[in-house]
Formats: sequence, structure tokens, C-alpha cells
Amino acid sequence: MKIAVLSDIHSNLEALLACLAHAGREGAALHVFLGDLVGYGADPVACLDLLADLADKGALLVRGNHDEAALGGLCADMNPAAREATYWTRARLHPAQRRFLEALPLTRRRADLFFVHASAAAPANWDYVTSPVQAAHCMDASAAAVTFAGHVHQQSLFFSAAGSVRAFHPVPGVPIPLSGRRRWLAIAGSVGQPRDGNSAAAYALYDEEERELTFFRVPYDHATAARKILAAGLPGRLAWRLQRGE
Amino acid sequence: MDSAGHLKPGAEIAGYRVQQKAHEGGMAVLYRVEPANGGEACLLKMPKLGFGSHPACYAGFDVEQMILGRVAGPHVPRLLAKGEGDFGPYLIIESIAGTPLAEYARRAPLPAGEVARLGAALASALHDLHRQDVVHHDLKPAHVILRPGGEAVLIDFGLGFHGHLPDLVEAESDRPLGTPAYISPEQLAGLRGDPRSDVFSLGVMLYLLATGRLPFGEPASAAGMRRRLYLDAVPPRRIRDDLPQWLQEIILHCLEVRAEARYATAAQVAHDLRHPDQIALTERGRRLTRSGPLKAAKRWLAALAAPPLLRKPPGAHLAQAPHVLVAVDTGCNSEPLFQALRDAVQRIIGGGPDWRVSCVSVLEPSLLTEQEEAAEIMRSLRLQRLIELHHWAQPLGLQQERLRFHVLEGGDAATRLLEHARSSHADHVVMGARGSSGLRRFLGSVSSRVAAEAPCSVTVVRV
Repeated sequence: MKIAVLSDIHSNLEALLACLAHAGREGAALHVFLGDLVGYGADPVACLDLLADLADKGALLVRGNHDEAALGGLCADMNPAAREATYWTRARLHPAQRRFLEALPLTRRRADLFFVHASAAAPANWDYVTSPVQAAHCMDASAAAVTFAGHVHQQSLFFSAAGSVRAFHPVPGVPIPLSGRRRWLAIAGSVGQPRDGNSAAAYALYDEEERELTFFRVPYDHATAARKILAAGLPGRLAWRLQRGE
Repeated sequence: MDSAGHLKPGAEIAGYRVQQKAHEGGMAVLYRVEPANGGEACLLKMPKLGFGSHPACYAGFDVEQMILGRVAGPHVPRLLAKGEGDFGPYLIIESIAGTPLAEYARRAPLPAGEVARLGAALASALHDLHRQDVVHHDLKPAHVILRPGGEAVLIDFGLGFHGHLPDLVEAESDRPLGTPAYISPEQLAGLRGDPRSDVFSLGVMLYLLATGRLPFGEPASAAGMRRRLYLDAVPPRRIRDDLPQWLQEIILHCLEVRAEARYATAAQVAHDLRHPDQIALTERGRRLTRSGPLKAAKRWLAALAAPPLLRKPPGAHLAQAPHVLVAVDTGCNSEPLFQALRDAVQRIIGGGPDWRVSCVSVLEPSLLTEQEEAAEIMRSLRLQRLIELHHWAQPLGLQQERLRFHVLEGGDAATRLLEHARSSHADHVVMGARGSSGLRRFLGSVSSRVAAEAPCSVTVVRV
């Protein structure tokens, strides 16, 4: 089965729809969402309704720090723009959407695959996995052949080798065979707020039979997503960063 | 499978019947197998595992599987199947019929012509691999098979590098991996992914075929291997004084210590081996002694500094060393067209340092029946065309050693140009469109056929 792994949607409906359509054309039969479904963007309600519908059809979801923040709390460790967007999002969620977010687990497992928003080492701590050492902790904790994570808005692939862990920067669209004789950690990148200077939405597709992982970049209508953010009165910085992928 | 972990003849694995063991190396075991329902025999490769086996065995196996799954063409074996048996993982690979280059190497020194023929086949195969974003990194005679038709096939990709895939080899070991006699200086420094590393190993093989000796011996220690960073190889003509200067020029050009000083692509090596008369000889081709201790000391000091990190895929490297083939119909006598062709060539080579331009003209055969007279006329026409080509190229103001000139003969210009573009691994063809539409209707368009069938980009210039 081909599994589309989508992370950090951040209420960006245009990017989400573009990635779902792309994954559909690539033959994805299962969707996994790695959290941070909301925050930053202008379409939390539409995104959550769409995701709830996919969940009913078998999609797997885990919770991210922005999903947790949307339910309550002081958001003391967030930057001002993120905090403002979080408060804005809270005011728009209906009870049904709150219940949906509350029910999200921190991690999911499917055969030898493991899904988490930040790091499997301490899922509720929201640690960023950016170095091989952090990746090693994450892979040790998940004890799975392939671990998928988000949180960091840049695509990367870590793998175990001769007692250490190495990082690899994937090339979009190139399938990577994942040998069963080592462990892998894929950071899927962000659907709704890419931050690597490329405005295209990011997601990953894993082919279980072939054991091949492909990272994709999908150009989407970021101008509309940005316009909606401005129209909603959210901080302007959240709009223009979409245009540049910052 | 018996107690020693060997497959028994007659055993059946995923539709293939084991015949016998074909080869056992340090890292892997090969069995000759044949499809149970008939068909051509092929090879089953499995990593050599078990107590005490090297951890790199798995890495090498993974890498080979990864790379064979991504490359295609006549110069690599096809990957037919892969799987996991109760004895571990295995690959089913096409069995290449032909002569291993190692057998030629045993007969070395070989005549210069044969060295050039083998070397050109090998360099062409190598360029085809590099074009697919793969560097072999373990080239040696045991890893090359020559098909009966003369084409070279590269085998064993256990140390290979793919520009778009994780480097499992580098991850597996901090020591440089490769074969001591053939490993390039930059590989010794841990630098992987430069296609010119394979050009160096190609130079070692050419040296071996031409002289019967290895230029740097077979050092057993890391320090011994590092000697090639500052000590030259003995010039081949010192070992064999009948060796032509052009062959020494090519071999030592491949063996330059700094990758930037080597041939930029294997295609350039292949082209020079096929057209030795076009090589601009330098001191490299003539020298009979190694460079002195002062130069060695300088190089030794330079080798202490870490080499610059190269982080671009092999394909991107090749893109900076384009081979542009420009077809000039010098008979058409249209200066505006000549200038437009020159402008197009200038635009394509850009500012890069490693381009090459081949200026080509096609000569139609003489219709005279008197054979001797016809041959004489053709000779003079060919010479006249060459002079005209040189004259055309002069205003380009390009370095002579990067230019090549060829007069092709044959009635069908498009076919001859296409053949030449293929055999010289051209990256871009530049040519003019036939001016008069009446002539085009009568003779057919050469440029439209070349554009349709060429293995590379084609620019058709019209004025």
C-alpha cells in the first residue's frame, strides 16, 4: 500500500488540497497526518472538517503542539505571531472540532512504521529533531523500521549506519529504497508552511511493498492562502512568509 | 542450503534453479542460476554473512541493490529480481557474456591500438554511468567485462555513489573504501561522488594495459596509498619506449593528482582515445622522468590541506563540461549563418572551464568511377574541408586544446552526424537549417532528422 504522510498543515486549505490531489494521482491509499493540523493559517474549520472526514475513512492522525495549544493554555513558549494565530484559532473552533483535536493520540504505529509529530523519544516534549544525535534518540525510542515525524518544517532523512546515524537531504521526486537492514527516520516537511526558501508544499509518500520513500514538493496557490490570512486579520508576517517559503 | 551457508545445486529460489557457485569474493557470493521455466542463465548474488563477516558486506549489498535498481543501458547488468530467502537477502542479476578486462590485463603490455580500443570502450561505459548520476568508485579490471561486440559492461556497484540517494558506503566506514592500486587521491581523503575519481582509476587501468605494471603498485597501508598524492607515476614511455606519446599524454592526464587537472569527463577520454591525431601533445606526453623532489615536496605539503568539499551530484558536474558538436556546411558560404553558428556555440559553452567543441563537416562521396582518381580527389576535398573548419572556428577565439575537427564521409549527412553525436557522447548539437526551401524539399531536411533522432539537445540556427 502507498501511504501519504502529511505534516504541519497549519490551517492551509489550499496547500492541503493540492497535496491530497497530488497524493491521489500518485496512488496513495492511506493518509497519515503528523499533527499541527491548525495554527498560522486562515482555514482551521475547513481543514479540520476535511481531516475528520478522512479519519472516518481510515486516515491516521497524531497530535501536534499547535493542536494542543488550540485547546487551551498560555502558549508561553510561542512567538507573538504564533500565539496570536493560536488565540484566533481557538475562537473559531466548534465543540465538534475541539473534541476531534482532544481525541488525537500522540503517536501511532502500523506494523513496522511509527508516526509522531516531534520526537518519539518524548512525544509530549515537542523536541525538534534536527541532528543525527536527536534522530538516534527518536529511532531508539520508536524501535520501528521507519519512523515518520514532522515539527521541523524541512524535509530530511536520517538513517542508522555502523553504530551512528547519518543525515541525508532528499531530492524531491526521487524514490529512495529503504533497506530493511537499517533504521530510518523521515522528516516529512510541512504542507502548510514550508520554511526552506521554496514555497511549494511538502509531503512524503511511502510504498510499503517496494519499501521506497519519495519526498515530494507540490506548488499550490499560496497567494490565495496568504490573502485569506490578511483578510482574517492575522499577522501579516504569516501571509508573506508563504510566498517565499520562509 | 548446507551447514556452511552455501546454496546447494538444484535448490530453487523464487523461480530460479541454482546450478553452481560462480564466484566467492570478500563481500559476496555469486551463484550461476537459471530460470526454472527456461530462459537465459543469470547470477544470484548474496552478501557473505555470518560470524566475523565485515559490516560493510550489508552496506555493499544495499548499495548495489539501490544503484542497480536505478541505472539502465548496455553498460550495466540488469537487475532481474530481488528478495529475501531463508538464507538472507539476494539479488538476481543478468549474467554478462564476454571477457573480463582482467584477462586482457594479464596479457599486458598490449599494443597501443588495443589499449586505445579497450580504453575507449571502457570510458564510454563510464560516461554512460556518470550521466545517470552514479560514480562507480571501485573500478578495476575485475569489475569490467567486454562483450563480444566490444562494448564494456561495469559490474559490482558495492562502493557506488548515487547523486540523489543516501550514501550508505560513506556512512559505514571512516576509512577510505576502494581498491588500493586503483583508488583516487580524493577518495583517500574521504571525498566521494566526483566522477573524475573514476577517470583516475581509468588512468590506472590504461597504464596497466599499456605497460603491464601498476603506476602506484599495490600498497598495503594507508601511508603507502597516500604516496600517490605527491609522487608521480613513472612515465609509461620510460617502461616501454615504443609507446606513442599521445597514449602517455592521455594516461598521465587521467592520473593527475588534482581532480581539476584531469579530464573533466570520461567522454573526453573516449574521444581522445578514438582520435589520437587530434590530441594537443604537451610535456606530459613527452616526459621520460618523474618530477623532481621539490615538486613532490610541494605536493606533499598541499596534500596536508583538506580538499574542498564537493557537494553536487555527478550529473551536475557533467553539465559543466558539455561536449558541443557543431556541424558546419562550409560549402554553403554564408557568413551570416557561420556567425550565427559561432554565436550559438558561445552561448552554450558559457563561461565554464571544461567544455569541448567538435567542429564537424560532412563530405559527400565522389561520383567519379575511376577509383584512384576519386580517392585522390576525396583526399584533397577532405583536407580542404578541414582547413575551412579551422577557418570557421578561428573567430571563436577558443583554446586550441579544447577544439576538435572532423570531416565525416557519407552520402547521408543526417545519419553520419547522428552516429558521430552518439559515439562522441555529444551533449548538444548545433547546426544550420538549409536556407532555400526548394532545396530542402528536394533533398529533405538534415536538421529536422537530427533534431528528431539525436541523443541530446539540438539547436538549429536559421538566418
